Amino acid sequence: MNPIPNPPVATPFFFYLLAFVMIVGGILVITRKNAVHSAMALITTLLAQSGLYLMLYAPFVAGVQIILYAGGIMVLFLFVIMLISIERQVKERPFNKQWVVGIAAAAALGGLFIAVYTTTTQGKVLFPPVGRLSYVESGNTQSIATLLFDRHLGTYMFSFEIASLLLLVAIIGAVVMAKKRI
Amino acid sequence: MHDITLYIESYLDSNQTPGTAGNFFWATVYILLVFVGLSIAVIAMNWLERKILAHMQVRLGPMRVGPHGLLQPIADALKLLLKEDIIPAEADATVFWIAPFIVVLAAFTVFVVVPFGPTHAITDMNIGILFMLGVSSLSVLGIVTAGWASNSHYPLIGALRSSAQMVSYEVAMGLAVVSAIMMTSLNDHGTLSMIGIVEAQLAQGRWFIFKFFPLGLIAFGIFAIAMVAETNRAPFDLPEAESELTAGFHTEYSGFRWSLFFLAEYSAMIAVSSIAVTLWLGGWLRPFPNALKGPTADLVFSLIPGITFLFLAAMTFYSTVRMPKHPLFRVQTLGLAGFGVVLAVIGLILFIPGVRVRVQDVFWFSAKVAGFMYLYIWYRGTFPRYRFDQLMKVGWKVLLPTGLALLILTAIVGMRTELLADLQGAWR
Repeated sequence: MNPIPNPPVATPFFFYLLAFVMIVGGILVITRKNAVHSAMALITTLLAQSGLYLMLYAPFVAGVQIILYAGGIMVLFLFVIMLISIERQVKERPFNKQWVVGIAAAAALGGLFIAVYTTTTQGKVLFPPVGRLSYVESGNTQSIATLLFDRHLGTYMFSFEIASLLLLVAIIGAVVMAKKRI
Repeated sequence: MHDITLYIESYLDSNQTPGTAGNFFWATVYILLVFVGLSIAVIAMNWLERKILAHMQVRLGPMRVGPHGLLQPIADALKLLLKEDIIPAEADATVFWIAPFIVVLAAFTVFVVVPFGPTHAITDMNIGILFMLGVSSLSVLGIVTAGWASNSHYPLIGALRSSAQMVSYEVAMGLAVVSAIMMTSLNDHGTLSMIGIVEAQLAQGRWFIFKFFPLGLIAFGIFAIAMVAETNRAPFDLPEAESELTAGFHTEYSGFRWSLFFLAEYSAMIAVSSIAVTLWLGGWLRPFPNALKGPTADLVFSLIPGITFLFLAAMTFYSTVRMPKHPLFRVQTLGLAGFGVVLAVIGLILFIPGVRVRVQDVFWFSAKVAGFMYLYIWYRGTFPRYRFDQLMKVGWKVLLPTGLALLILTAIVGMRTELLADLQGAWR
């Protein structure tokens, strides 16, 4: 019916574009002296990350990423940063003098990434040809719900509830610490 | 050449949105249509708000530019574009420059999933409602950065108020939305897609506002309150409280950048209204789609769009006749008559069978959204502004517990209904 086939989202172009945005954003986060600029760079990074989730045919995760991180947590970040006066922020040095430890840690992490990449992608291609992927985008929300809550297939129910409990404890702890009299 | 026409025509007989069908040409056409329609709606809203508020306060409102001030929004737009664009010396220029664009982007991107009809949406996403909530929550980032970058006291206070308010009301809003989404899962799979939500209301034969009475109504009420707070409108307009903060977070903005904030505010109002219409008021469905079925009812309801426009045209002609009969008012009278003719022509076009069938979904959706827009103006004309502690109290101590209770009750009633249906099926 359709003479020109619907092009897939998961193309190398989009991957490299989003990855580039993420890396540039990440570098800006640590190099900007102004905390608000860093926060905005972090928002860009998080949005690009949700684009990567879309490329993996996981729209639900992408949507949650936008709502929680870009829309919720970053607003709170900015909220706190704004209350610190600008003059004091500018004076703060974003880097400390621990060059050796930093380089060692970065090299270890980079080595780990390269090792994982080379061992797991042997005999595989990074971008499978069109038509080989059989993920159904339209069922992503439902399949996550099945994994979490289904009576027989819901293997992650327990860990999910434990994580929620942890968050609840953190919220109550924050309230207890912030309030003098309850 | 032939390939291209084939590509364009291939979409015409499909029953999908252009985005779902993957047709770039029609998706672009739809995007342009939506954005042009949105801009016209914002312009119309600007005029209507001033006129309606004025009439509520027994004033005339704009009367000078064009007949009954009809050209006032265009004059204002020209003025804003010609004004000097000031960036304060102490401001953070980059962030100051970016902030209005974040707000506008967030406000406009949301319309990608708004369903004006079963096929009249740019695209249908599996996560439609989540996408709308997520992207519209990004606009608060623009407001916060705008207030901070101005490097001035009033904008900063406005931005702080705005972020606190939007973050708190988002929670209640989310709970109300979740209860509506739970209702979609009653007979079938639940869905987050905007089109799927309206289709679920059609399948269950009931708008969700009347579902599980009064649960749907309460959820709608929570959303209707929270959405006014989300868009920073009266009576929750503390971020731009004129009497306290000059203009709140956009005090330092002028000219084109200020008009971007204005545009974003009104399109965000239209966006949240379309969420409310989609979730609770049956989206594009005409009134009584199940009770009054059949060709006669279909015909009667499909004539209503044309009749509405003819009625508006008749009102315009009535005011044309009532214009002062002075030679100085000749141009204005002619202009008003011309406006009436345009409305009448639109009304007549809407009677053509081919147009009428295709456009009536869009008409019903827009009519419902227009109702919400009128409510916004009505609130602004009647309610005094809340104090900040009252605002927080309503958000956290009233709406949030109500929303949580509602969620649990909806779940219980929904489970019970499904269980009863199962039992009946087994018994039969």
